[in-house]
Amino acid sequence: MKEQAAGRSGGMSWRNKLINPVLNKEFKLRMRSPRAMWTLFFYLFAIGLMALSAIYLTQLNSRGSQGFNPEESKLLFYFLSMAQLGLIAFMAPGLTAGVISGEREKQTLNLLLTTQQSSATIVLSKLVSSLSFMILIVIATIPVYSMMFLYGGISPKQLFLIFLFYLFIMVVLGSFGILFSSLFKRTMISVIVSYGVTLFIFGGTAILFFVLVGMMSQAATQPIANTYSWIGHVIAWNPVAALYSILEPSISEQAFTVNMGNSSVKRAPIELWQEFMIIYSVLSGLSLWLAIRKLRPSLKRRGM
Amino acid sequence: MNANDEIEIIKVENKNAKYNNSNNTNLHLNAESKKESDSKVESKLDIPMIEIKGLAKSFGTFDALKGIDLTIAKGTVFGFVGPNGAGKSTTMSILATLMAPSSGYAKVDGFDVTEYPHEVRKRIGYMPDFFGVYDQFKTVEYLHFYGASYGIPKAEREQLIPQLLELVNLSDKKDAYVDTLSRGMKQRLCLARCLVHDPELLILDEPASGLDPRARIEMREILRELKAMGKTIIISSHILPELAEMVDEIGVIEHGQMIAQGNVSDIQNKLRVKRFLHIRLMGREEEAEVFLRDRPFVNRLLRDERGIQVHFGGQDEEQAELLHDLFAAGFKLVSFSEAQTNLEDVFLEITKGGDALQ
Ligand SMILES: Nc1ncnc2c1ncn2[C@@H]1O[C@H](COP(=O)(O)OP(=O)(O)OP(=O)(O)O)[C@@H](O)[C@H]1O
Ligand SMILES: [Mg+2]
Repeated sequence: MKEQAAGRSGGMSWRNKLINPVLNKEFKLRMRSPRAMWTLFFYLFAIGLMALSAIYLTQLNSRGSQGFNPEESKLLFYFLSMAQLGLIAFMAPGLTAGVISGEREKQTLNLLLTTQQSSATIVLSKLVSSLSFMILIVIATIPVYSMMFLYGGISPKQLFLIFLFYLFIMVVLGSFGILFSSLFKRTMISVIVSYGVTLFIFGGTAILFFVLVGMMSQAATQPIANTYSWIGHVIAWNPVAALYSILEPSISEQAFTVNMGNSSVKRAPIELWQEFMIIYSVLSGLSLWLAIRKLRPSLKRRGM
Repeated sequence: MNANDEIEIIKVENKNAKYNNSNNTNLHLNAESKKESDSKVESKLDIPMIEIKGLAKSFGTFDALKGIDLTIAKGTVFGFVGPNGAGKSTTMSILATLMAPSSGYAKVDGFDVTEYPHEVRKRIGYMPDFFGVYDQFKTVEYLHFYGASYGIPKAEREQLIPQLLELVNLSDKKDAYVDTLSRGMKQRLCLARCLVHDPELLILDEPASGLDPRARIEMREILRELKAMGKTIIISSHILPELAEMVDEIGVIEHGQMIAQGNVSDIQNKLRVKRFLHIRLMGREEEAEVFLRDRPFVNRLLRDERGIQVHFGGQDEEQAELLHDLFAAGFKLVSFSEAQTNLEDVFLEITKGGDALQ
C-alpha cells in the first residue's frame, strides 16, 4: 500500500495518505445516495420523538411539584442514552452489512479488487466511511442531548464516556457487518445474519444472564449467597448493561454477586463497560482481520 | 468465404495496424511514461507476457480447468475461443488475480499471479464479462477513481483522462452520470478504465458481447489502436470472425482443455479436416459410433439426431475403405455424404460442445 503510493508520485501529500481513493469514493457515493438523507432524517425524527415524549411523560408525572427534579432528569437522560444505543444498534448493521456484498452484487467488486488497493485499505475504508456517517448522525443528535443536559444530573465525564461507548459500539457492530458482508455472497443474507448477531448481543446475552442467575440462586438456597461470582462476566457481553454501568457504576458490583438482595458486596473485579470493551475489541479486531482475509481469494501473498 | 481468403484479410489488417502504429505513437499518455514502459519492455522482452503451465481449477468436484498450458509473447493479440462454460472466464480471472488455481501456475510478465498479485495487478487491465459501474459517479469521476486506485497522481490523471475518453469516443459524455450511459458506452468506459494505468497486458473477457454490429466495429477499431500501441491483449469471444480479423494467435478451449493453439494459419492447418462426412444409419447408431471412433483417419466425430458427422483426415481411397468396412460390419446406411468445410465450420464444430472427442 505505502509502496505503491510512493512509487508513482514520489512524495504524496498528507491528505492523500489520510484519504485514500476508496475512502474518497465511499464518502462521495454515500452522500450522493438519497438513502443517506433519509437515514439521517428518520434517525433524528425517531430520537426527537422519543425525547419529546419522555419529557412529556416526566412532566405529567411531576405535575404539582415546582421546578425540576434532578432524579427525574437523570432518568430522562438514561432513557435517551439507551434509546440512542438502540438506534445505533438498529442502524449500524444496516449501514455496513452490504458494503462488500453490495459491490459484489453490483459486479463492481472484481474491478476494485484488481486495482492496487490492498484488501486492508478496502475493508477499513468501508468501515471508516460507514463510521463517519454514523458519527455524523450521532453528532446531529447533540442538540437533543444538550436539551437534556440543561436539566442537569450528569457529569461531563459520563457524557464523554457515553459518546466514546457509542463510537465503540459502532465500530463493533460495523466490523461484524463488514465481516458478514465479505463472507456472504448475498447482501440479504449478510443483513439478516448481522441483525441476528446484533439481536443476540443485545437480547441473547441478557437472557442467558438471567437464566444463569435464576439457576444459581435456585441451586444456592443455603446461605452461601452474596459471594463473588463469575456470572458478571456473562452480562459483561451485553451492551445495555455496559452502558448502564457507565451511568450507574454500582451496577458492575451487583452483577458480580449472585444474590442481589444483600449489600455485603466485594468490589467488582472490573467495570462492566471496561470488560465489554476488552471483549469486543478482540472480537471486532478478529472480524476485521477475517474480513480482510476473506475479501480476496487466499493467494499466497508473498508479494503483498 | 473460404479459409484462404480469411488469412489474406488478416494479413492485410496486420499491415494496416503497423501503419497506424507510426501515426499513433503520441496518442496515449505523456511522453515520459511511454518511454519508461518502452525501456521496460525492451529489457524483459525475452520473458513471455503470459506463461501458464498445467493450470487447473476445480469448483468442488467439478473441474472447470483441466491443466492448461499457454504461452503468449509480448505484443501478441491472443484470441481465446470456446463454447459456453469452456473455462475462458475462469482462466482470465485467475490471470486477473481474482481466483487461485487449484494446481499449476500462471505468470504475468514473469510474476506468479498467486505469489505476486500486486505486481501482476500493476501490469494488467482486466475487463470482466459482466461488470457494474458506480451509478452515482460521472464518467470523469469514475475514471479518476480508478486512476487514483492505481496510485496515479491527480495532475497526471487530469491529462490522461481526456485522452482516454477520446480514445473510446466518450468525450462528449464526460460529465454524464454513468448510469445514463448506454450499454455500449459503459463497455467502452470500462475499457478506458482498464487503460488508466497504462497496463502492458489487457485481459478482455468478451468485450463486444451485447453490442450492436456498429458498436462491435467501433470496439474492434479501438482494439486495433491498442494493438498498434504495442499492448499484449488476450481477448475471449464465441464469435470467430470477430476475432479472426484482429488476432495473431488463437487458442481453442473446450471443457477446460486447450484443444488447439497457435497462430491463426497454423491452427487452421492443424484443425483442417480434409473431409467432413455425414453418415445416416438405420438404427445401431451407438454401435456405429464406437466402430467409427476406432477407425484410422477419423479425427472427430459427433452423433446427433441427424446422424453421425465425422471429421475425416483421409483421401478418397481411405474414404472408400471406410464405407466398405461399414457395409462389411453389417451397418445399414441411409446415406453417406461428404460436405465442404471452411475454417468457420471447423471452429463451429470444434466449439459445439459435443462430447465426441474424448
Ligand atoms: N464460481 C463458480 N462456482 C462453480 N462453478 C463455476 C464457477 N465459475 C465457473 N464455474 C464453472 O466453470 C465452468 C467454466 O466457466 P467459465 O465461466 O470459465 O466459462 P466460459 O468459457 O467463460 O463460458 P462463457 O462463454 O459462457 O462465458 C462452467 O461450467 C461453470 O459452470
Ligand atoms: Mg465467460
